[in-house]
Amino acid sequence: MTPRMTKLSLGIGAPVLALVSAFVITSLVLLVAGDPVGEVWSTILSVPETRNVANIINSATVLYLSGLAVAVGFKMNLFNIGVDGQYRIAAFAAAAVAGEAWLPGYLNTLLALLAAILVGAAWAGIAGLLRATRGVSEVISTIMLNFISTSLVAYMLRRVAVREEGSNIIATKQVPERSRIPGLSLSGEAGTEIYGFVFIAILCGVGYWLVLNRTRFGFDLRATGQSETAAVASGINVKRMVLASMLVSGGLAGLVGMPILFGGAYSYGSTFQSGLGFAGIAIALLGRNHPIGIALGALLFAFLDEQSNPLQILVDVSPDIVKITQGIIVLTVVISYEVVRRYGLRLEQRHVAQALERPESKSPEVPA
Amino acid sequence: MSTPAHETSTHKTVVRLRGIGKRFPGVVANDDVNIDVAGGTVHAIVGENGAGKSTLMKILYGVQKPDSGTIEVNGAQVDLASPADAIRAGVGMVFQHFMLADNLTVLENVTLGAEKLHGIGSGARARILEISDAYGLDIRPDVLVEKLGVGARQRVEILKVLYRGAKILILDEPTAVLVPREVDELFANLRELKAEGLAVIFISHKLDEVLSVADQVTVIRRGTTVDTVTPASVTARQLAELMVGSELPSPSTETSTVTDEVLLAVERLSLPTDEGRALLDDVSFEIHRGEVLGIAGVEGNGQAELVEAIMGMRPGVTGVIRLADRDISGLTTRDRRDAGVGYIPEDRHRHGLLLDAPLWENRVLGHQTRPPSVKGVFIDKRSSRADTERIIEQYDVRTPGPDTLARALSGGNQQKLIVGREMSGEPILLIAAHPTRGVDVGAQGAIWQHIKDARRNGLAVLLISADLDELIGLSDRIEVILRGQLVGEFDPGEVTPEQLGSAMTGAREKA
Repeated sequence: MTPRMTKLSLGIGAPVLALVSAFVITSLVLLVAGDPVGEVWSTILSVPETRNVANIINSATVLYLSGLAVAVGFKMNLFNIGVDGQYRIAAFAAAAVAGEAWLPGYLNTLLALLAAILVGAAWAGIAGLLRATRGVSEVISTIMLNFISTSLVAYMLRRVAVREEGSNIIATKQVPERSRIPGLSLSGEAGTEIYGFVFIAILCGVGYWLVLNRTRFGFDLRATGQSETAAVASGINVKRMVLASMLVSGGLAGLVGMPILFGGAYSYGSTFQSGLGFAGIAIALLGRNHPIGIALGALLFAFLDEQSNPLQILVDVSPDIVKITQGIIVLTVVISYEVVRRYGLRLEQRHVAQALERPESKSPEVPA
Repeated sequence: MSTPAHETSTHKTVVRLRGIGKRFPGVVANDDVNIDVAGGTVHAIVGENGAGKSTLMKILYGVQKPDSGTIEVNGAQVDLASPADAIRAGVGMVFQHFMLADNLTVLENVTLGAEKLHGIGSGARARILEISDAYGLDIRPDVLVEKLGVGARQRVEILKVLYRGAKILILDEPTAVLVPREVDELFANLRELKAEGLAVIFISHKLDEVLSVADQVTVIRRGTTVDTVTPASVTARQLAELMVGSELPSPSTETSTVTDEVLLAVERLSLPTDEGRALLDDVSFEIHRGEVLGIAGVEGNGQAELVEAIMGMRPGVTGVIRLADRDISGLTTRDRRDAGVGYIPEDRHRHGLLLDAPLWENRVLGHQTRPPSVKGVFIDKRSSRADTERIIEQYDVRTPGPDTLARALSGGNQQKLIVGREMSGEPILLIAAHPTRGVDVGAQGAIWQHIKDARRNGLAVLLISADLDELIGLSDRIEVILRGQLVGEFDPGEVTPEQLGSAMTGAREKA
């Protein structure tokens, strides 16, 4: 096998190993609880209907953006737990701006997206600034900022919100129809529409890859993540990189709520989906911070969520069982990646040793 | 046992390695290694980096399992699956990089993980003092480790191993971090240890030291034991030739290439600390085109700070640094590098490399602003790889190619890559901090040659080294640093290592 093939198969081997062990452990949990293991899996692993596929793609879109936001931090060795707070405060800001409709049509959409990115970045930037200037752990500060953002949004919502008729739910003004991002129907039937935002999410993934792997900024970011001391010695301004990567992470986090806002909810209210930021952490881990890996991770999590919905009705098992599976996946992923990483390093060392054993002369071997 | 020679007459073999083989991992595997270590002796193991010493010691310490061969400890064959097994068999290891928690006391460090032996209180304290007295280690249990010097930290590491009941000590390049006086103290400790009947396995590159302290010397080359000799029967040069199997290079410089043109001028550089004691105190010097300035000093007297101050990695530095008449004191590290500073850092793993990145990315590191690393805002992978191939070729980096991870290379090859990289940006100043620390004899000779070439090509070179022979051999001028001050200038043509050594410790009267 060529080194490239080896690398690829190791890269695929790790998540497969993790998933298989997660499924085994979940099955054990089901067994212990006395639930029908076979029926649960046959429900979850059944072929989804078009309507369900649309739902899976839609939630995967949202999870993907969240995963990307977390992954930017991970690449820098920063643990941005605050994606959750960042996307909610950003979604609120975007909804408020879009609801006001200061600009016509898609200009209004653009303005709102910009607001989301800026607010998300600013919210994460607080943690970045604290880390860079005062050495405050971003783990602590982002958790705190999550709480603050929850309260702040609740407070602000009271001031700008309108009450829906005949309901206790309060929300921002509706996004005008001409500013909404149209969906794309999978089969032409109602309820099979996927967010138009899915393409923007894909663009984000491409941009993420390009910036991290092909630009100086990305190199500096990855170098800092791998070794802060080596980064400093090489001339990277680590403090600036900390701030910059938190801003980028927060900016991406700002987009997390946007598919929902412009593709389905059209306003930010007390029922706006929460918890997406935490799922993003798991997905970034699962996807190894790689844009395609994150996409697969997001699809998997979305798939499990969607397919577990009928469990209660069909086999009388709580859908929460997939939360256990997802949690176990995160644990097994961390373990299996480390195992595979060490194995890969040993392979590499052996490869080097083999390559160097052959020539007796002093000249280095240059592969043809 | 049967030999009447007084050195070994009463010592029986405590470690017997027979036919040890290890196919992988490691850059060089072990093959048919046979060593007998007698109790009450210091047994040195010498060999180039990558010759298989580390693998062998890891096998003996239970970190790795051999593929073939047997290990006997005190006459009984043992199966060492983990360091815990090794410790139970009485084998302890002191690593080159200390594994101590700075913010804990000596007592806490020693008892950490061995709480069951004597508790963590007065019992442990008494035991530590007892060991310290028995072997003359001079350790006080309640001092914070961060307050200790390098030599004392090493003694704590030795004590840690003894505390766990080891009768066979493996010391991995223990003198690499020590200055001559500390080396002497260490050797005195080792003599105490062997007088008490302990066996010490001593791994080193420094052959003079090996000859002065060891009772037996085993040479390893390309993974296998070449010969075991007694120090009385060989010279350092013969020993070195056994190691590399070829003629040796020497550090001595050729005719002077020093010019009048000042390339680096450091004026009144100071680095005050909050506690009041300055890490650098009014340091001024100049380096000319084609000149190597050597800085000698006991570790921790401001060498690292001086380098980091010139590189712009330390906040709070006062004074002026001029590079080719341009004031660079206010510039960032990146701008200083771009202005023509090459930097071979003291700790290549911490400051020189991205260990889990391929070699070509390591080539880019520190050169992210200029071709061939980048094109505009983009990283130029193709050119970087090509240039990495050039470095691999020119600097004899032994690797399959530029996509290999830096971690997979041996220390010497990592260092050669760094030297090649730092020379590739057409620097006018090269800062080399301990450039040959922990590299094998072969790479050492190559790196010395590169520094000589740099000097001949008109670079100014700032050389910091704990290896006095290296300093004397390569430098045009030597400054001694003591407590952050330059305290004396020497002509390497006349000075001896002993004179330098006493100046470094402040024993020399002011000239």
